[in-house]
Amino acid sequence: MTNVLLIIFIITLFYVAIANRIITFVRVLALQGFILFGVTFLQLKDIQTWNLVLILLETIVFKTIAVPFFLSYLIKRNKITRETEPYLPHFISLIITTLIVVVTILLANSIQETHLDKIFFIVSLSTLFTGLYFIASRKKIITHVMGYLMIENGVFVLSLAVGNEMPNLVNLGIMLDVFGSVLILGIFLNKIGDVFKAVDVDQLSNLKDY
Amino acid sequence: MIGIYFIGAFVIAGLVAVNRKILFNNILIITFGILQTGFTVYAAFHYKESTLQYFTFDSLGLLLLITLSIITIPALFHSYLYIKRHDETPHSRGIYFAAIIVLVTSITAAYFANHIAVIWIFTEMTTLSASALIYHHRNKLALEGTWKYVFICAISITFVFIGILFLSLSLQHAGSSDLSFSNLLANKDNLNPFWLRLAFLFIFTGFTAKLGLVPMYTAGIDAKDKAPAPAGALLSSVLMNLGFVGIFRFFIIVSHTSIFHWAQLVIFIAASLSIFVATVYMTKVVNIKRMFAYSSIEHMGIVMLGVAAGGIGYYAAVLHIILHAFVKSSLFFQFNQLYRTFQSKSIQYVGNYFKYNPAGAIVLLFAFISATAMPPSGLFVSEFLIFRSLFEGKYIILLVAVLILLTIVIWAFGRNIMKILFLPVPGIDESKIPKINPWESLTQYILLFTAVWLGLNPPSIFVQMIQDAVKILPN
Repeated sequence: MTNVLLIIFIITLFYVAIANRIITFVRVLALQGFILFGVTFLQLKDIQTWNLVLILLETIVFKTIAVPFFLSYLIKRNKITRETEPYLPHFISLIITTLIVVVTILLANSIQETHLDKIFFIVSLSTLFTGLYFIASRKKIITHVMGYLMIENGVFVLSLAVGNEMPNLVNLGIMLDVFGSVLILGIFLNKIGDVFKAVDVDQLSNLKDY
Repeated sequence: MIGIYFIGAFVIAGLVAVNRKILFNNILIITFGILQTGFTVYAAFHYKESTLQYFTFDSLGLLLLITLSIITIPALFHSYLYIKRHDETPHSRGIYFAAIIVLVTSITAAYFANHIAVIWIFTEMTTLSASALIYHHRNKLALEGTWKYVFICAISITFVFIGILFLSLSLQHAGSSDLSFSNLLANKDNLNPFWLRLAFLFIFTGFTAKLGLVPMYTAGIDAKDKAPAPAGALLSSVLMNLGFVGIFRFFIIVSHTSIFHWAQLVIFIAASLSIFVATVYMTKVVNIKRMFAYSSIEHMGIVMLGVAAGGIGYYAAVLHIILHAFVKSSLFFQFNQLYRTFQSKSIQYVGNYFKYNPAGAIVLLFAFISATAMPPSGLFVSEFLIFRSLFEGKYIILLVAVLILLTIVIWAFGRNIMKILFLPVPGIDESKIPKINPWESLTQYILLFTAVWLGLNPPSIFVQMIQDAVKILPN
């Protein structure tokens, strides 16, 4: 069952690669949060109940509900246009995402490892690189933020893989989530929306050396 | 005691942030200065002891803490002058000082942390407080700088976290789950090399955002440019040392494993690329603050070359990072007077500084001599030792390339500084130039002379502590 959920997680990456509207990104983030809720529930068996409850609450309340709602609120408030505005066509995005996933699978197959379920490694590493690719290839600041949130989800998957032995690392991952989301989303995306009217990275190029 | 220090510092920071009365604020800030000094003295008297399980007062941490505390006092003083002149609202003044206090406290905690996750947590806190400092002026450019800093630091902090996860996988092969440095060192022979390699790559990349190396150095440049100069002094000296601590403590563990040579290679590549990048930008840059920031990148590259070369290089690297902190912070402290004189950051509109403010001009000249490591600067000694370690390690081609790049840096830096000091700017209105009180340069003189003294005639206890900090590394 865990494997099925994780494979759905990978499929969401492909879906994002060809998504044309920003709101699709937001929905996928919510779906990923829900998948993580399921994976956490199935995977973490050896940890204390209160800790498990904390982690489950974080995935369902924070990742699945609060962050996507806040993102769509920001989109409405700042009147961000609906397109994701990639630099490259969707088809090439899809190919690059596929390449990333394939390379990660090949890398994972080349190692001998008894302590780790390899699918966790594959999912998290390919999410990391896909997220970085999304950040590099999209024009709007809000899509950069979503790419970052996606990377966080990928890292969370990896922390679940070692969560039974070291539950504190999962808690640290939650801290990272809260830190990243509150600082990046809460304060600055709000401010940037106020100060820069159209929220494109092109406007963030005034700090120069000459 | 470290608990009392944390509680005290955070209470002071909270009070400073909400309080509106200038007098009470000043008393609180002085109290923090006393608390920071007191804690430094306490740490020195409890050398090698552990407290609260996650903190150890070891040599490296203590050396850097003393550096931090020495720099904090003038930073608070110059911040006070800066805020007074800018006629700030009580709110923004409170936020500024609260952010400085939180920044200094979290850097202190990270220096002493003996657990990689604890360093990680406090590094996150430095990002938080530094972003408040960068956003101090609340204009478009400050927002752009803050956004870039926060975003890149958030990604690097995620990288460090991934590295910690890989490290935990590596450690599971040794049948242990405690990620403290002492436990990692005890299990050094059983760590899985594959995961350790990945862990090193990610942790190194993550900490380069704070240390200022390729690939993540970019955010720091914008940050030092947009933050007020006294805060920029902290960002470009003690905060960079925090990145060094993060990498160095992990490097100590890696140096006892089979991937040691590979790790050296990674550091060599990042360090020499950093020097190259810094050189290229130094020849082009016209913004004075950014020029100082690129000079920091170049110095961190030299420091990491020393770490990678080994031998005497370890000693020289620790010495260099301490001396660099003194020199670079004094340059940033001096910058505000320069800005008040000419009302510009651009080298094109600044010149003939010797005529308007001789005391400050001598600081600039002397700091330039120090930062380019010419004798009698203390950095000459450490840089010379680093080159010796490269020579002894038979990295001759690298050494020659680095020396050529450094010559270009000295040329570019010298050209700009000489222009600032001696060449008159056409069309400047001399009646508008304010008189600067020469006593404001006193702290810079003290910092620069400390750097000379520690480099040329170091007290024996200082030498012993550096040797103690690096003795665990293989020769």
